[in-house]
Amino acid sequence: MNRQKLVSLAPFVALALLVWFVPLPVSAAPVTHTITLTADQFSFDPPVLRVNQGDTVRLTLHAADVVHGFYLDAYGLNTRIEPGLSQQIEFVADQPGKFRYRCSVSCGGLHPFMIGELVVNPNWPFARAVGLTLVAAAGALFYLWRFPPRPVPL
Amino acid sequence: MNQPARFDLTRFGWLRALLKSRLLQPAMMLVTLFFFVLAILTGFAGTPAGNRNFGIIFVWIVWWALLIIVLVPFFGRLWCMVCPIPAPGEWLQRRAIVRHKPGRLRTLRWRWPSRLRNIWLQNFGFLAMAIFSTVILTRPGVSAWVLLGMILLGVGLSVLYENRVFCRYVCPVGGFIGLYSLTSTLELRVKDAQICKDHTTKDCVAGTACSYGCPWLIYPGNMTRSTHCGMCTECLKSCPKDNIALNLRPFGADLLVAKGRSLDEAYKALIMLACALLYSAVLLGPWGWLKSWANLESLPAWGLYAAGFLAVNLLILPGLFWLTAAASRAAARLQTPVKRLFIDYAYSLVPLGLIGWIAFSFSFVFVNGSYAIAVLSDPFGWGWNLFGTRDFPWTPFLPDLMAFLQTGLLLVGLLFSIVTAYRIGRQHAATDSQAWRGTLPVAGFLTSLTLVFLWLNLG
Repeated sequence: MNRQKLVSLAPFVALALLVWFVPLPVSAAPVTHTITLTADQFSFDPPVLRVNQGDTVRLTLHAADVVHGFYLDAYGLNTRIEPGLSQQIEFVADQPGKFRYRCSVSCGGLHPFMIGELVVNPNWPFARAVGLTLVAAAGALFYLWRFPPRPVPL
Repeated sequence: MNQPARFDLTRFGWLRALLKSRLLQPAMMLVTLFFFVLAILTGFAGTPAGNRNFGIIFVWIVWWALLIIVLVPFFGRLWCMVCPIPAPGEWLQRRAIVRHKPGRLRTLRWRWPSRLRNIWLQNFGFLAMAIFSTVILTRPGVSAWVLLGMILLGVGLSVLYENRVFCRYVCPVGGFIGLYSLTSTLELRVKDAQICKDHTTKDCVAGTACSYGCPWLIYPGNMTRSTHCGMCTECLKSCPKDNIALNLRPFGADLLVAKGRSLDEAYKALIMLACALLYSAVLLGPWGWLKSWANLESLPAWGLYAAGFLAVNLLILPGLFWLTAAASRAAARLQTPVKRLFIDYAYSLVPLGLIGWIAFSFSFVFVNGSYAIAVLSDPFGWGWNLFGTRDFPWTPFLPDLMAFLQTGLLLVGLLFSIVTAYRIGRQHAATDSQAWRGTLPVAGFLTSLTLVFLWLNLG
């Protein structure tokens, strides 16, 4: 890639870096959420938990049928849930984004796909990924307009 | 045509000798056949818990990850070279496993119908498996029946038809491996097409005293894309002119080859994209009701799921893409028929589709891959502990980094697809600016799909 091409793409690269790395504020004041989460072959109820970054999440976990587990991606939480015995876990949702919680104890056929979602708002990773996608698409189109590749005949 | 850089690996003497050895392919097939039979046996006789059963873990996690993340993008159809499914049928036809047995193949020599000389059967076969995939992926017995059925079908077709008719026209996996091989970095090609033209005996098709004619029904002399080349290396063995090369090449080199583009392949590109999106929603989404519908827990609910699944694959996504092709035609003021643009632009979906599958596969392969370590020691789930790893705990790998990996991958796929769309459009346009205007609607379609992938994984 020659210098002219690099200079032309520099604004898009700068914008992409800005979109991905710019520090963003945490908006709302933290609160505590007390939620009962029931594990049932092969789903969680509620299937999606939405909290704000910095909130405290107090979960009471129940197993409605067989032994299940609760594993939360990125937060490293893992616990076993026995039917009839509720489990309590508490954590601060300090990382923004979407995180899957999964059953971590083999519970039947669809066990590997027994998944729920914790969305910690503002979901900056998703917003940044969307921004990056739009910048990348615009950058690609600009590049093709400015430096059209050599045609390949039919 | 514009030929990007190539590096012929057969320059290395040891590799050329290896590829020409008659032992290479059967030896690898015997290894994969052993694991394939084990997968069937564990499916029938092992534990019904999928995550403790070799048949489920090694076929749908280990093999799948190897195929979609490593083999297809980098080595194209290399899996087809070692695939155990056609092996028994091929050996029966040849009445030999390793050495070459002169004479005609032992089959009934039926003619494959000309209207089926395409990948439509593979498209519908893939969809038929896809609507049952939740069941196949999670129930070892069902998975074993599917694997056994495929090998029996392979044998049955080899009795009726010569060569690899099953692989070329029927195998539901082969269809998408062939299409995605257009992007791969490895190809078998002739070194000099003129040598083939001048060579009258065409040993690569007819065979020789020590090698068979191409089992994939291809004449390497005019092969310009890798879709149907099974990389069995039989042509390397038979060519007396030493005119076959195993080339390293840039990613996506075949996507701009116009010869061979067809509606069945365009649909395959759309089906694969739709399935990657739908699987991400059904298997990795939080919607328990959707999983239960897909899991055949109630026939009417599954019927609704199957109808929706097929509608997205065959009508909705192709319909939206047809509108995109029409918009592109209007934006660029092209004279090319919309159907032609629909077909040709569909090849720009291949990079994004492949990356979409890789991103989807990362999510469950990395998270569930650790089951393979335990299953190795106890393939049937009977309590064996062959290598001392039976009690290896479930350990998700890189869940923290998954979002970043997927975002990066999808961006690469999007950029690759947009550039491919422009270059395909340029093949129809008279000027660069016409091609650019025609690319805009396709780029919009591709960007929207990327955003849907991102929403499913991160949103």
